[in-house]
Amino acid sequence: MALALRQRSILPGFGLTLGFSVLYLSLIVLIPLSVTFWKASTLGWGSFWHIVTAARAIASYEVTFGCSLVAAVVNLFFGVLTAWVLVRYTFPLKRLFDSLVDLPFALPTAVAGIALTSIYAPNGWLGRPLLALGVHAAYTRLGIVIALTFIGLPFVVRTVQPVLEDLDSELEEAAASLGAGRWQTFGRVLLPTILPAALTGFALAFARAVGEYGSVIFIAGNMPMRTEITPLLIVTKLEQYDYAGATAIAVAMLVVSFAMLLAINLLQKWSGSRLGREELEVLPIG
Amino acid sequence: MAEAITWGEARPNRQPATVPRTGATSEPAGVRWLLIGTAAAFLAVFLFLPLAVVFSTALEKGAFAYFKTFADPDTLSAIRLTLLAAGISVPLNVAFGIAAAWVIGKFEFFGKSLLITLIDLPFSVSPVVAGLVFVLLFGLQGLFGPWLIAHGVRIIFAIPGIVLVTIFVTFPFVARELLPTIQAQGNDEEEAALTLGANGWKTFWRVTLPNVKWALLYGVILCNARAMGEFGAVSVVSGHIRGLTDTMPLHIEFLYNDYQFVPAFAVASLLALLALVTLVAKSIVEWRTQS
Amino acid sequence: MKAVLKLGFLAALAVITVGLGTLAGARAAGPSTILNVSFDPTRELYNDYNAAFAKYWKAKSGQSVSVQQSNAGSGKQARAVIDGLQADVVTLALAYDIDAIAKTAKLLPDNWQSRLPDNSTPYTSTIVFLVHKGNPKKIHDWNDLVKPGTSVIMPNPKTSGGARWNFLAAWAYALKRPGGNDASAHDFVSRLYKNVPVLDSGARGATTTFVERGIGDVLVGWESDALLAVRDLGPDKFQIVVPSISILAEPPVAVVDKVVDAKGTRAVAEAYVRYLYSPQGQDIIARHFFRPRLPAVAKKYASTFANVKLVTVDQVFGGWQKAQATFFADGAVFDQIYQPGQ
Repeated sequence: MALALRQRSILPGFGLTLGFSVLYLSLIVLIPLSVTFWKASTLGWGSFWHIVTAARAIASYEVTFGCSLVAAVVNLFFGVLTAWVLVRYTFPLKRLFDSLVDLPFALPTAVAGIALTSIYAPNGWLGRPLLALGVHAAYTRLGIVIALTFIGLPFVVRTVQPVLEDLDSELEEAAASLGAGRWQTFGRVLLPTILPAALTGFALAFARAVGEYGSVIFIAGNMPMRTEITPLLIVTKLEQYDYAGATAIAVAMLVVSFAMLLAINLLQKWSGSRLGREELEVLPIG
Repeated sequence: MAEAITWGEARPNRQPATVPRTGATSEPAGVRWLLIGTAAAFLAVFLFLPLAVVFSTALEKGAFAYFKTFADPDTLSAIRLTLLAAGISVPLNVAFGIAAAWVIGKFEFFGKSLLITLIDLPFSVSPVVAGLVFVLLFGLQGLFGPWLIAHGVRIIFAIPGIVLVTIFVTFPFVARELLPTIQAQGNDEEEAALTLGANGWKTFWRVTLPNVKWALLYGVILCNARAMGEFGAVSVVSGHIRGLTDTMPLHIEFLYNDYQFVPAFAVASLLALLALVTLVAKSIVEWRTQS
Repeated sequence: MKAVLKLGFLAALAVITVGLGTLAGARAAGPSTILNVSFDPTRELYNDYNAAFAKYWKAKSGQSVSVQQSNAGSGKQARAVIDGLQADVVTLALAYDIDAIAKTAKLLPDNWQSRLPDNSTPYTSTIVFLVHKGNPKKIHDWNDLVKPGTSVIMPNPKTSGGARWNFLAAWAYALKRPGGNDASAHDFVSRLYKNVPVLDSGARGATTTFVERGIGDVLVGWESDALLAVRDLGPDKFQIVVPSISILAEPPVAVVDKVVDAKGTRAVAEAYVRYLYSPQGQDIIARHFFRPRLPAVAKKYASTFANVKLVTVDQVFGGWQKAQATFFADGAVFDQIYQPGQ
């Protein structure tokens, strides 16, 4: 089927690599994930719906998706700024800053959670001054946003950076020679170019944040209806030996995750076709 | 091509990072330093501080207390298990990553977008759910668990389960790193090699691989870091048997909950050091690429 | 040329299969190894006890035994055993969790609790308060915890066994007050949880929040954990307050029949739980701040444990099954406390 639908190419290995990829994907990802649907189906539609729309579950979606969204927006803004600064300017310790951006990928989430909690707790390095300003950071939604900002930090920076590096300065010079101010050039010329990459980074940071558990539980406070994230709700149901209930929430999250990722990929496709072939060259995808 | 997403991409064959700019395309010094200051402050708060907490707590009671941590057999066994899990999952995901990047990058076929999305999926699946699915598969109340356990085969609460969830959570990394670079290379060089009579394997080995080796290495680095650092998913399937199924992140949690803060952060610092080594390695990668 | 490529990937596939197969083949260790799956506050206790038991068993039977230890939240541990963690012995925070193993996975008979003395609980504990040195908020009893402005640290009863003991102790206090009834107890406990700013998932997490993060005026939790915290984290920083009434926390132990029979470890596993009742076992228990059952040992450590009026789950709540259904099940009292508009 797939063979018939692929375009002709003289390169070898299509069947083998596709076969291996699909087999491995099925074994490691698809079959395990499909088990959740099988388990949730034992509930019947009525009780499944009842579980995933319970007030506490809805509140947890609000916390999870709301905080993830805020964190992703923070990362979008600071990510573009950081990428800009790292590409365009020279300053002391630049290489160090550049290297550190990947830290959230490498630090175990539990360690990140403990470290962030000790920083933002009322007796912490930043928690104390913040509290003096009347801001409670740890054990509030702000704490969740901080943890999710940390784990999603590399995405926007790392997607926007290559685009900025490849950007031809002629465009900006042309804009400037036509009398555009610096802000105008940024808004009209630079922003549209880096927007697709920035949005991709934003969406990935958002997707990653939605599922996050290890770093959040330490700093969240975990209050039902207020600071309880959806993954914690799944764990709570499991601790009550409620496998079906836990799976129902998991399925709801899976569906949303899949829809989100598909949307990212379609967005990417759409922005690609909108920009056209010429400008595609400057996209990180080459 | 357009459906590919790129993140954390190694930047091979790119121009020097900083291009000298004329007045027309640069900002006044004041604005420049304001931007630098803002970005630096953001990175300092979100990246330097957590790192500083880890190392300052680990070294709070001096170097002796720090190194004493690594004389504990349970700590050593946790380190061994983490290395084993990463040692198995990374090569497997490299094999998959190369195959997937090849088929997606070099061929056009029906369902490609879907395949890419499915490869991304583990990345947005909550670690808790990742652990849960393997419990549902291999647990005593699960699909295959009763049969396997009756035949003395242990998957979850044993090393295979830990390896499996590690493979799951690090699944997309290598493929995701390789894909944009393989796509960017196009097919011309490979086609030329094939026309000149090289066989498929040789073409891959001599033409494709050298072109993508840095992206591959960067993928391995990230995949490895994530494999060693995974906490949530592993916690679900580990069973927490001390000296047997505790990985480094789980052992950190154990020590921390035991009020042993210095050893907990000492082990954590090891993982943070790994992160730093990773970052240095990455810098070398980039430096080699640029020169 | 295709063949070479194919061979490479077939080799990779073979490595996967063989690699996972070999690992999967790794079976449980021999009969002289047993696994004790326990809850969080018993880490130090069983570290010592396992060594003492190994010595005792070697002397008694000539067989070497190595005891593997696993500690985590009680509910999580019970679930692990239900899902196939090969525990020879479970030593959990409350009978409900071992009941779950018996009911859900049928790994031991329903009457497991009658098989050992004292309802299969060789040690007990209770719920006390830990406050900052000097007791700045003047906290002396449960009713001081519900005062506005008092910040109370307790873990989540949904995920922590210890937290369920907390909840029931507070309920029992409210019930035993003059004019106390279910409605007033409900109101009292609701007000108590209004003062809780952080619900940690486990007892140890709550202790860390209180001790390390400086959150809260009072920590409510296991007596054993409180005594340990005072000893390890500073008698100059914290002190224990014993309320007028508390609950007799009875953490049960049991041999998991299906596992020991499959592994052939019944004799050693049964000796392991029985030895907990011996004078030596009871002494180790008391040293680690759990209340011993043996009067002689209790007398020796009388100064460690405060005298407090204790009620039991069976007396006040009609047993764990009933308590769980009334208070902690989905939509039960604890969930109602957190419903909007409460």
